[in-house]
Amino acid sequence: MSNNNLESEKKMSKKQGEQNSARRTFLLNTARGLGLAALGGLVWSAYVDEVTASQLLLRPPGAIEEEEFLKTCIKCGLCVEHCPFDTLELAKPGDNKPLGTPYFIPREVPCYMCTDIPCVPVCPTNALEEKLVSNDEGELDITKAQMGLAVVDVENCIAFWGIQCDACYRACPLLDEAITLEYSKNERTGKHAFLKPVVHSDACTGCGLCERACVTEKAAIFVLPKEVAQGKVGDHYIKGWDAEDEKRLENAFGEETKTELSERSPMDSLNDMGGLLDE
Amino acid sequence: MSRIYDKYRFLILRRIVQISLMGLYIGANVWGWKILQGNLSSSLLFETVPLSDPYAVLQMFAAGSLLATNVLVGAAVILLFYALLGGRMFCSWVCPVNMITDLANFLRRKLGFNAIQKRQPATRNMRYWVIGISLVISFAFGITAFEFVSPISMVHRGLIFGLGFGWAAMLVLFLFDLFVLKNGWCGHICPLGGFYSLVGRFSFIRVHHNEAKCTLCMKCKEVCPEKQVLHMVGKHSEPVLSGECTNCGRCVEVCDDDALGFAIKNLSAQKK
Repeated sequence: MSNNNLESEKKMSKKQGEQNSARRTFLLNTARGLGLAALGGLVWSAYVDEVTASQLLLRPPGAIEEEEFLKTCIKCGLCVEHCPFDTLELAKPGDNKPLGTPYFIPREVPCYMCTDIPCVPVCPTNALEEKLVSNDEGELDITKAQMGLAVVDVENCIAFWGIQCDACYRACPLLDEAITLEYSKNERTGKHAFLKPVVHSDACTGCGLCERACVTEKAAIFVLPKEVAQGKVGDHYIKGWDAEDEKRLENAFGEETKTELSERSPMDSLNDMGGLLDE
Repeated sequence: MSRIYDKYRFLILRRIVQISLMGLYIGANVWGWKILQGNLSSSLLFETVPLSDPYAVLQMFAAGSLLATNVLVGAAVILLFYALLGGRMFCSWVCPVNMITDLANFLRRKLGFNAIQKRQPATRNMRYWVIGISLVISFAFGITAFEFVSPISMVHRGLIFGLGFGWAAMLVLFLFDLFVLKNGWCGHICPLGGFYSLVGRFSFIRVHHNEAKCTLCMKCKEVCPEKQVLHMVGKHSEPVLSGECTNCGRCVEVCDDDALGFAIKNLSAQKK
């Protein structure tokens, strides 16, 4: 701290009694330290909270849930270095993304879904976890990846206009699983068919090859993080015709509320004006 | 030639170490070298030995992350190396920011700023407060607080993976150290330096002072980035025991009287 202050305090202390002044200096310095720490801490935490709020990032395969990812990723870039296609990047200052964390932009370079998934096993912190991209036998299986979910903008997809285009369908590495073509009659011409791409969330890994292949100026099929792209039904609606879906209820719990039956006769209840009239 | 060796041998060696480490990391990303992959936050040596920044791992722990074995082993390797052997060597032999702040400090000396601003208006203990705050924020917000603002990572990661606006961080550090505060970043604020100061206080490699040879020229204190650690110069013969000494060796090489030198701590204690 300021030595000038200390010295001037020392001179004064001879007059006022040394103990008193030493205590004051100590208290003042402590308070100043705490004040500075509070100010610094406030700015720092506000900044950090802000820069980690971004939700629209696509993470490498096997990435754990975003909130955990942000505290676990050590930003070493080993995943980036092991990606043979230069798909992954580390967020740079000025990118407005959580600094130093890996992400990819599929329209530029999508994930080519290597079968040996070189980016995942090198992660030293398990922010990219092998289990999340492994099958039941414990072998790496890139089709288990959940990097995101492709979403079709049906207003700007030319297949929905009736123009034949199956670029995304053909580009998809899980052909006929993640994207299927739905045929329907084109009533406008009366003699053509729509070949509409439909994405299936249970198969789509979010690799983004469809987004890369899309022929429109700005991709009409694009990958969003799953939490952003998907809604959630909740436990109130169940497909009663689907035994699988009914299983969702097994772990569901609800609040059971009981209203006591009134002892009074219905007439009394109807005639009771209590609270409605001014008395 | 021998004058260069006498006066700059550690400085030159440090620059070689700093730049070749940087080169190995860049080579790993650009040409796929397998010697040292990753960056200073976490690396892989010869594709087998994990190395991790123990301060980053400490923040991960505070944030409530599940720590993987790999990163714990890596942090232990680094921690043991500096705690037992090197002390705070990271700062002067590895960290890329050292070159920026050394340049600022060099210019300060050449331009005579140190003569104008004799007293520094800040305490060097600030870094320990910053460590405390970083852990509190990590805990409260569930993120590694310093890792998201660290100019060290910005510079180092930037040079390997793409700089972005990282050059601004470099410039700010340089200007801050040049005009605002002598040894401002490395000697006052940087919590990583503070962390290694705490870790390195018991390490073996130490600068030792021989008072009998000292002529009180004080060149060592002028050049030292943490001159409070040289409090014994001209007074007692003893090793520099403070963990804040970065073992940069500048004091050893500027000394005209051979009054300072590197030695193993306990060996010299036996000599007494």
